[in-house]
Amino acid sequence: MHELRVDPLPAAPPEGQRRGRCIVITSGKGGVGKTTTTANVGVALASTGARVVLIDADVGLRNLDIVLGLEARVRHHVLDVLDGNAELDDALVSDKRVATLKLLAASQTREKDDVDTAAFKDLVDRLRERFDYVMIDCPAGIEMGFQNAIVGADEAIIVCTPEVSAVRDADRVVGLLGDRVKTKLIVNRLRPSLVKRGKMLSVDDVNAILRLPLLGVIADEPGVIVSTNKGEPIALDPASSTGEAYRKIAGRIVGTDTSAPEIPREASFFDKLFGGQR
Amino acid sequence: MLDFLKRLFNPEPSNVTARERLRLVLLSDHLALAPDVVESLKADLIAVISKYVDVDDAHCDVTFEQQESVVAMLANIPILGMKPAVRTPRPAPPVDPAPASASVAAEPEAPETAAAEPEPPPAAPKPRRRRRRRANVNAAPAH
Repeated sequence: MHELRVDPLPAAPPEGQRRGRCIVITSGKGGVGKTTTTANVGVALASTGARVVLIDADVGLRNLDIVLGLEARVRHHVLDVLDGNAELDDALVSDKRVATLKLLAASQTREKDDVDTAAFKDLVDRLRERFDYVMIDCPAGIEMGFQNAIVGADEAIIVCTPEVSAVRDADRVVGLLGDRVKTKLIVNRLRPSLVKRGKMLSVDDVNAILRLPLLGVIADEPGVIVSTNKGEPIALDPASSTGEAYRKIAGRIVGTDTSAPEIPREASFFDKLFGGQR
Repeated sequence: MLDFLKRLFNPEPSNVTARERLRLVLLSDHLALAPDVVESLKADLIAVISKYVDVDDAHCDVTFEQQESVVAMLANIPILGMKPAVRTPRPAPPVDPAPASASVAAEPEAPETAAAEPEPPPAAPKPRRRRRRRANVNAAPAH
């Protein structure tokens, strides 16, 4: 376990001694929950005491800040840094809740093609010297924005929902990532009751096609929507089973949790009766 | 009619349909994305067929087509004529290609077309899938 660090921006360790892990969260298809996953896994990772920076690479469609509840704190964004209009330290937004978590927001008024791939990779490399984890929220699609987002990463998390379209796109992205990138899978928005009735692809069905190491499975449940409404990642909710699922994913990334991912089960009558969030 | 009744009373769960559609579409996607693989398959195919018949290499065409329930390989291989060695019936010892039988020469008519449609693993995986599905149902505790 990491010790919880409280300093706002940890001092850089000696040159060349540290190289944090760079993980890109990607999916091909849009709307499968990449940003929510990035926010929650990032928060959960940082809660272990690891130094984490989240980069929103979805230039033009900035969202990671609002999902994290940090939208009011953003002063500069990633292109300000790349263009030399802002210092990196000024652009890194500190999280309200977890001291070791930083956000580098995307630029809302720019386009994905404005990002210089080599400069973006340099930025990632600089961040890897200062953080344990650099997590990149990749835009949907497989065009320039995707290429930029994956250029500095040596690990990837594929977010896939149990839908034919998401699986097909994920399969394409896995092919594009190739062997260079260590790729793992999060199955998102699973509805256990539908799977049980044969109305939804199961985790096994999805992974029979993608054949990736499974990092975790997230249920499609109201709690995630509620937490996003509030800008409070559910991973921080100690009472939520989905929050626990995100924390376990973080544990598997760090390597402290070796348990096999649990498949969410159907909410019981009593869960429904007493467990509702507002 | 029987098929219709079967479907009416025992409809296939939509996740089975989804699985099958995905399997087909991905097979087709992968073939489309691997032109070099398709090229070498085509070359091998032509090489094998050339052992038996003279083939018009320049006009060979191998394509894949997604059909209703299979991805089919469509090989359009114009045949120019038989190979002399192949004209004798197989069982005889492979000595003496018997030039006498040359009169049975294949008249090179309009190029024939060989079409092959190998079904990708047909019935075999299905029972396994069903078993897996049932196992899932059992694994989910029903509270």
